Amino acid sequence: MARAVLHDPRDAAKPADTPLARRVAIAVVSPPASPAAPPREPFDWRGLGARVLPPLVGLAALIAVWALATQKSTSFPTPLATFDAAVKLFADPFYSNGPNDQGIGWNILFSLQRVGLGFGLAALVGIPLGFVIGRFALFHRMLSPLISVLKPVSPLAWLPIGLLVFKSANPAAIWTIFICSIWPMVINTAVGVQKVPEDYLNVARVLKLSEWKIATRILLPSVMPYMLTGVRLSVGTAWLVIVAAEMLTGGVGIGFWVWDEWNNLNVAHIIIAIFVIGAVGLLLEWSLLAVARRFDYS
Amino acid sequence: MLVNPSPAINTRRTLQIDGVGMVFPTRRGPFVALRDINLEVQRGEFVTLIGHSGCGKSTLLNLVAGLTTPSSGILLLQERELTGPGPDRGVVFQNHSLLPWLNCLDNVLLAVERVFGDQEGKAQLRERALAALELVGMSHAVAKRPHEISGGMKQRVGIARALAMEPKMLLMDEPFGALDALTRARLQDELMKIVATTGATVMMVTHDVDEAVLLSDRIVMMTNGPAATIGEVLRVELPRPRARVVLAENRDYVQYRKEVIDFLYTRHSHVEKAA
Repeated sequence: MARAVLHDPRDAAKPADTPLARRVAIAVVSPPASPAAPPREPFDWRGLGARVLPPLVGLAALIAVWALATQKSTSFPTPLATFDAAVKLFADPFYSNGPNDQGIGWNILFSLQRVGLGFGLAALVGIPLGFVIGRFALFHRMLSPLISVLKPVSPLAWLPIGLLVFKSANPAAIWTIFICSIWPMVINTAVGVQKVPEDYLNVARVLKLSEWKIATRILLPSVMPYMLTGVRLSVGTAWLVIVAAEMLTGGVGIGFWVWDEWNNLNVAHIIIAIFVIGAVGLLLEWSLLAVARRFDYS
Repeated sequence: MLVNPSPAINTRRTLQIDGVGMVFPTRRGPFVALRDINLEVQRGEFVTLIGHSGCGKSTLLNLVAGLTTPSSGILLLQERELTGPGPDRGVVFQNHSLLPWLNCLDNVLLAVERVFGDQEGKAQLRERALAALELVGMSHAVAKRPHEISGGMKQRVGIARALAMEPKMLLMDEPFGALDALTRARLQDELMKIVATTGATVMMVTHDVDEAVLLSDRIVMMTNGPAATIGEVLRVELPRPRARVVLAENRDYVQYRKEVIDFLYTRHSHVEKAA
């Protein structure tokens, strides 16, 4: 069940057994070991080539198009100029010249801290709420219309409420992340609880297990894959929201940094920021996928 | 209706089903699944329930398991009224129902801890679980998770889980229904051995005529639903231990088999077409 939900992003790169990749892979492959006594499997160069080459080719194509398009442009930096800027930027990621001029490392860390806080609070509230909604029909009927209405609301609509209530930018940003990242966790946990196989609950009934044992030995492990999918979606949303929220609230953070560099008309830095935001989002996703795979029992 | 009125309580009687009926409320009004079920199961007896699908044999087993409560009538287990599920009846489910996140030993331990956790220490509980797994021939896979073993092995672990609780009765709901014929035959043979060594009282639901005749002391044949009831009870007096190869040519065996088939396909097949 969880397999269907948890798509591995790397799977998308697999079917690309392109002629180019095959030719290269054949060229690289080591001479086959004699069939009589193969001490161990030869390293799978062909598989590695099929997995690593297509993404590299894709990246190269993007950079090529970018380079061609910016050949004569003066306002939009070329790939090379951007790369130079990045080298300079990452040479000293943790400098600090006052609140409005800090290294990119600090900006990322501050953003991650906000995401961590907002998302952590959302998990603290959302997962138990999901359990309650999934277990008791009354709460399901009571809350699901509300959730349906609130879920599609844009993060930025929540920001003024946060500013009003907390009277300060930083808590308002955290509040926005909280309210936007809570829904996938609530909904997925609730669905997971509703989908606990009847057989397992029958086992619990036949054995007359205590409520504590039912929760720890049956409900929690059974709901875990659903819950982790919710967590993964939530982290993705939180990371999307942080950039927008920080653009509006200011302070140190990757979103504000993008806005600041726009005001400085430093487009190379904005492009770098886009790549960095994407890379951090991908890392968050991968680490949660790794956790999810540990709890997949199918 | 009441407990056996005679002062000499029948100590051999494990289960007594007295005038039990089961009505399910549906959108189109009440649906009578079972009516007038009267049955006694003696200690150490192997009873199978057989009938066409939809005849309510699983419903009856669920009533004994306590997973559902009867609309009318009463069920007594060792002269005590059944009010719900409990570890005094070990249930083996058709689809094994092992918890996929626990290994075989922990699956059995979950049941053992529930029953003996108060009186015994960790080591003793473990000992019990291991003994149950050895009884079903699964000692080699105690640390394996359910998805790492075959369907037949899962069902063995399911049986071990039920037996480890030392229940008064073993309830089996088509335990071998999902297995291939060869695996099923082997598990039937082993179940006979296990029942012989433990003296377990068993009630088993099946739709397999050969399985019923081979294993049973009595075969309870059920009429077709709706409003199914016990049509006939056939006492199988084949000597034990029973060997399937020898029995295949045994005249009595063939006769018993014919009687069940006759009941299922001649006398009680037409109702299903109407239903």
